[in-house]
Amino acid sequence: MAATSGVVFVSALPMRAAASEVDLIAARTKLFGNRTITEGRVTLELPPIAENGHSVPLKVEVDSPMTEADYVKQIAILSPRNPLPLIGQFHLTPQSGRALVSTRIRMSGTQAIQAVAEMSDGSLWSGSMETVVTLAACVVL
Amino acid sequence: MAGIRLAVPSSATKGEIIEIKALIQHAMESGFRRGSRGEVIPRDIITRFECRYNGALVFAADFHPAIAANPLMTFHALADKSGVFDFTWTDQAGQVWHDSAEITVT
Amino acid sequence: MKRIVATLLLSIMVACAPGSDPVPELSPEGVLPPEDIRSGYAFLTPETQRLQDDRFENPGYLWVDRGAALFEAANASTPACASCHSDGMEGVAATYPAINETSGALLNLEGRINQCRTIHQDEDAYEYESDELLALTAFVAAASNGAPQSVEISDRTAPYLETGETYFRTRRGQFNLSCQQCHTETWGKKLRGDTISQGHSNGFPAYRFEWQSMGSLHRRLRDCDTGVRAEPLPFGDETYIALELYLAARGNGLEIETPAVRR
Repeated sequence: MAATSGVVFVSALPMRAAASEVDLIAARTKLFGNRTITEGRVTLELPPIAENGHSVPLKVEVDSPMTEADYVKQIAILSPRNPLPLIGQFHLTPQSGRALVSTRIRMSGTQAIQAVAEMSDGSLWSGSMETVVTLAACVVL
Repeated sequence: MAGIRLAVPSSATKGEIIEIKALIQHAMESGFRRGSRGEVIPRDIITRFECRYNGALVFAADFHPAIAANPLMTFHALADKSGVFDFTWTDQAGQVWHDSAEITVT
Repeated sequence: MKRIVATLLLSIMVACAPGSDPVPELSPEGVLPPEDIRSGYAFLTPETQRLQDDRFENPGYLWVDRGAALFEAANASTPACASCHSDGMEGVAATYPAINETSGALLNLEGRINQCRTIHQDEDAYEYESDELLALTAFVAAASNGAPQSVEISDRTAPYLETGETYFRTRRGQFNLSCQQCHTETWGKKLRGDTISQGHSNGFPAYRFEWQSMGSLHRRLRDCDTGVRAEPLPFGDETYIALELYLAARGNGLEIETPAVRR
């Protein structure tokens, strides 16, 4: 009897899929179209080594007077490696006073997190920072 | 049951830029974890955070699964009037948590 | 095993000079020199240390605060913990695990809280890792913050210390490793990206990034056993409680740091 299925395919679903630079660009395009993004005015701060990817402190500051005439409308945080490229979006107003936001994010591995800021005049600015994410010693998987 | 912690100065001078911290207890289940039998644990996250100052939106955030558990947001506001800061968190199912803090501006 | 008993007995006999109380000592070989003893805090990155120190941002305080509320809460049928413990719980956790004067059993904090609940409050015991038990143990332990771990080391705790120390020094699991080998003999060295800590218990219950939540010391011990691919003991197991006693004694006066933040 000939085997009808020639190959037995053992597919272990991956614990998590991984995004890539391409997915990050796709997410960015979805948010901002094909508008030019200039590197600058955005300072992203993450620890150089994160001892656990489940909780990494992130701080982002955008150089802006934050007046009615000139303020940061939103800051998008993007990942080139997490299962999903978009981590979060922060929406600011002139009443924010200062474009400085911090939170804690999840990182699925060593990567350069990117922040894109959209100004009230429509211009886009970006900054990035690489963080090394270490693996735990005794992994309980 | 979600614990909420707020750090808002109780007083400020007019024109002062104040720092605000808001923390809520929430597992922020990403939807990418698997249980002990290999089953996918479904996503269950807070998706929106909003801060209003005397009713007007001053800061908002869209949370996606990579925001860490027990999410903390630190941001700023220009204090110009006495009143109240209202904080709301909304999850993917529409459940809402709320807390507020008063401020005196002189 | 025989060696440990013999050493303990020898210490008791030696100490039994007329006019002195017999105080068994932990076996001298392969212990951390007191000047080398370091809390798990010392093995954290500066950012994580800052997080632990931040009374607002340390997520563990969510449980401590809930515990404070539970401690005061009473309902129609249940008196509040605070109604008996009106003096608060300062310094208590530093002496646990402790032998319960009524039952004679060695109890850890979880066991003592559940004993109070069932006997004095006529309520069901809380399950390990339930939000309520974590909150109450975090609250009680945090009330000892800054106090040195000072468990009873005496004749009557000697058998428990021996059980705990034996467990600590026994190889187990597919990796065939004992706690001693990593945490006493190779602390400070690297295991993958981690620097091996000394395995102390002074920060528990602790907020672990790995759990993305607060967890008990038993949860951590179970993770340790699973980490070397050994069968973990059930939550609340007597051997783990004896091990808790040994760990606290081995810590030689480390200050309670609950709620610690750990990897």
